[in-house]
Amino acid sequence: MNVRNTPNVSRRAFLAGTSTAAAALTMGFAMLPVGMTAADAAGANMFSPSMFFDIHPDGRVVVHISKSEFGQHVGTALAQILCDELECDWQNVEVEYVSYDARFGLMITGGSWSVNWSFDAMSRAGAAGRKVLIEAAMTKFGGAAADYSASNGVITGNGHTISYGDLVASGVDARTMGEAEVAALTLKTPDQRRYVGKDIQALDIPAKTRGEAGYGIDVEIDGMVYATPATPPVRYGAKVTSVDDSAAKEIAGYIKHVVIEDPIGTQTGWVMAVADSYWTAKKAAEALKIDYDLGPNTGVSLAGIHAESARLIESKEADRLVLDEGDVDAALKASDTTHTATYTTGLNIHMPLEPMNATVDIRDGVYNIYAGSQFQTLVMGLVPAALGIEADKVAFHQQYLGGGFGRRLDADYVLMAVLTARELDQPVKMIYSREADTQFDFTRPAATIKLTAGTTGKAIDAWESRSSSGWANSRMAPGLLATDLSGKEDNKFDPFAVNGADHWYTMANRRVVNANNAIAQAAIPSGNVRAVSPTWQFWAGESFLDEIAHATGADPLELRLSMLDGAGQNAGTGATTDGANRLANTLKTAAEMGRYGTDMPAGTAVGLACVSSQERASATWTACAAQVTVDKATGEYTVDKLTIVTDVGTAVNPSGVVAQVTGAAMWGFSLATMEEADVQNGAITATNFDGFTPARMSDTPEIVVELIETGHYPVGAGEPATTVVAPAIANAIQMAVGARVRDLPITAGRVKAAL
Amino acid sequence: MKKLIVNGVASSVDLADDTPLLWAIREQLKLTGTKFGCGEGLCGACTVHVNGEAVRSCQTPVGNLADGAEITTIEGLHPTNEHPLQVAWIEEQVPQCGYCQSGQIMQAADLLARNPNPSDSEIDEAMWGNLCRCMTYGKIKTAIKRAAQA
Repeated sequence: MNVRNTPNVSRRAFLAGTSTAAAALTMGFAMLPVGMTAADAAGANMFSPSMFFDIHPDGRVVVHISKSEFGQHVGTALAQILCDELECDWQNVEVEYVSYDARFGLMITGGSWSVNWSFDAMSRAGAAGRKVLIEAAMTKFGGAAADYSASNGVITGNGHTISYGDLVASGVDARTMGEAEVAALTLKTPDQRRYVGKDIQALDIPAKTRGEAGYGIDVEIDGMVYATPATPPVRYGAKVTSVDDSAAKEIAGYIKHVVIEDPIGTQTGWVMAVADSYWTAKKAAEALKIDYDLGPNTGVSLAGIHAESARLIESKEADRLVLDEGDVDAALKASDTTHTATYTTGLNIHMPLEPMNATVDIRDGVYNIYAGSQFQTLVMGLVPAALGIEADKVAFHQQYLGGGFGRRLDADYVLMAVLTARELDQPVKMIYSREADTQFDFTRPAATIKLTAGTTGKAIDAWESRSSSGWANSRMAPGLLATDLSGKEDNKFDPFAVNGADHWYTMANRRVVNANNAIAQAAIPSGNVRAVSPTWQFWAGESFLDEIAHATGADPLELRLSMLDGAGQNAGTGATTDGANRLANTLKTAAEMGRYGTDMPAGTAVGLACVSSQERASATWTACAAQVTVDKATGEYTVDKLTIVTDVGTAVNPSGVVAQVTGAAMWGFSLATMEEADVQNGAITATNFDGFTPARMSDTPEIVVELIETGHYPVGAGEPATTVVAPAIANAIQMAVGARVRDLPITAGRVKAAL
Repeated sequence: MKKLIVNGVASSVDLADDTPLLWAIREQLKLTGTKFGCGEGLCGACTVHVNGEAVRSCQTPVGNLADGAEITTIEGLHPTNEHPLQVAWIEEQVPQCGYCQSGQIMQAADLLARNPNPSDSEIDEAMWGNLCRCMTYGKIKTAIKRAAQA
């Protein structure tokens, strides 16, 4: 259940030379054609932009970042990794977020992958750069490379001292370093590190306190006009049959309307109102009189979606076999007791605070697109396809993202903008109204998970997970689908709807089955919301474990620890080395810090959960102890405290990791306790922040985050803690008052109903 | 034509009276630090000061402003961007994506101007309307207290 979890950087060669940056020495990985000299390759800017940096004669080190910035401070973390091995002075470090370039390979920021995918490549690039500079000093001053050492941007040896900047100014010969030489570089041991593991202030933060950070919505192009959509009354499937803009024409500043014909079908039934300002465009959009053919989805409701998932789980007609270990059926028969429970999650909306937008300026036949994207490769695949033009007629200029959370993995807003721009004579800034942003989100799908287990005594003999939801990637990125275990090549499934079901508990007999809810996917196309399927798979699995423990008289902590034994595949490998033991360690620590099992007042208890989000190969070990107090009369409850313990292996920037984990835990809290969207008549009913309510400051529980440093290869921090909070809260509620809630969000009404 | 004093500079905007101040600031005056989030006064991303008080600029039609009204945006909060809140925001490393933070800082500046040493519940009350989708609320609160002590 792992996709592309390998660095996308070719290390065929490391290249150093002068490229286009004035007098700067550029270094990085490159794919070099046979026979090309290093100087020619550098001059031709052959650097693979996924991994390159410049050293300027004034000493500045500019690290080019191909990942998107939406609050992770990813540029700072990646620069820390590179600059540690490069041994440059942090005071001279700058980061630059690059525009799209095909040489990147896969350009995507998500999955909590960035540091995990980049750590080795960034480290080796820095080490290679340091070697190039030391050898340049040797060439300049004589002696052997071993005579020289580099420290904090200065090379010393053989009686000479020279800064990196001065060395570059004096000229460094172009050269290459082969893959084997790069692989053989000796990297620092943890105690030698200068920047990795340090709480360095994020380079993007000062601009974000001054209103100076440039988001997509802030782009200014001379002469641009503004567009915003008039949207249909159903989420998907509508077609525009006529538009009357006579009332819009009465509005000063209205320019025209554009009926969007999107051959990709990312949005349907949209009409853009174009005007001389956003406000005028919004008024004009409201004044357009549009007739629709509403299409096939007008009867779809959230209740109907859940009913269809339950039907698919029972009928087995759309089953995909994802995991099959041992003999589940025989073990269930042989066990003393069979336990079954069904869990659901509701529909959830991203709602990043910066509404979807893109600005398009067609210059010399090239569509110049200015926006913030998490998935530039997708944008650059879909835009030429939608416009029927060649890829070289599209240029994508990355901006800061005012919230990502997976929403900006989709490309709909870019397509809406370019399809509008095609019909105009001026550049255009297209902005979704908040209402359009909400109602036409690619949501976290409503999910249903039915779990069955067999126990003998307190031991779990068999475990079966059968789940159904919409599959985001059947729409967004079919290339990410995988083939199931049925042996039928056409039996594809979306790993990003199942991640989290492949837990690290040792069980001899285990089966995981998943089905696409095609009705849901057609009517309310789903997307990837922060932490994706582990938010529903662990909600079910970690809740069910507590239910089993209560039924068999086991202690939920002891039950988990008995199965986190690190046997067989659960020993882990690579970044997940010692996996189950590390997860057990976070759980034990959370239990102790969170006072699990200690005497509490009536109605107050601590519940536990632990997760291996996001994927098995890049699992981050995270546990939560949630302390709640429940009012038995009303079902109202408060989350008194969340204790989150996480092992990311190596924390590149510990305070940054804590910030990410805290934010992820807050998302988990908000999803668990309050965020809920509804679907009626084929439409998402919420329109704005009054109808859909993420947590606000006054809702914030006390959160304690503990990082466990084990020195293993780094894994991600931005999502995993999102997935551990909901089951810990539900488990705490059962501990406190005996009520088991199996549906998210956990509302007071649901607690009361379960009492 | 409406004459306004924006960040201490005499400015004029020529827009329909129903145009929210937010769009006058962003599109006519090109001060893009003030953000559009919801258009309904529900998120606080557009918060600016009008005559010294925090308002939602998306709910403030320019026609409702008196000639000579004094507008302060994030760009004009402090001449060298060293308002105690801006300093505290960096020291506490508050922003994540950062999109809401102009509004958060402008709202917090209004709070501290009226109440130099707010309690936790007073901070909650004042900041309730400012959404942060990254949910950096804990750090926002800590930074406000830090600025209050500065």
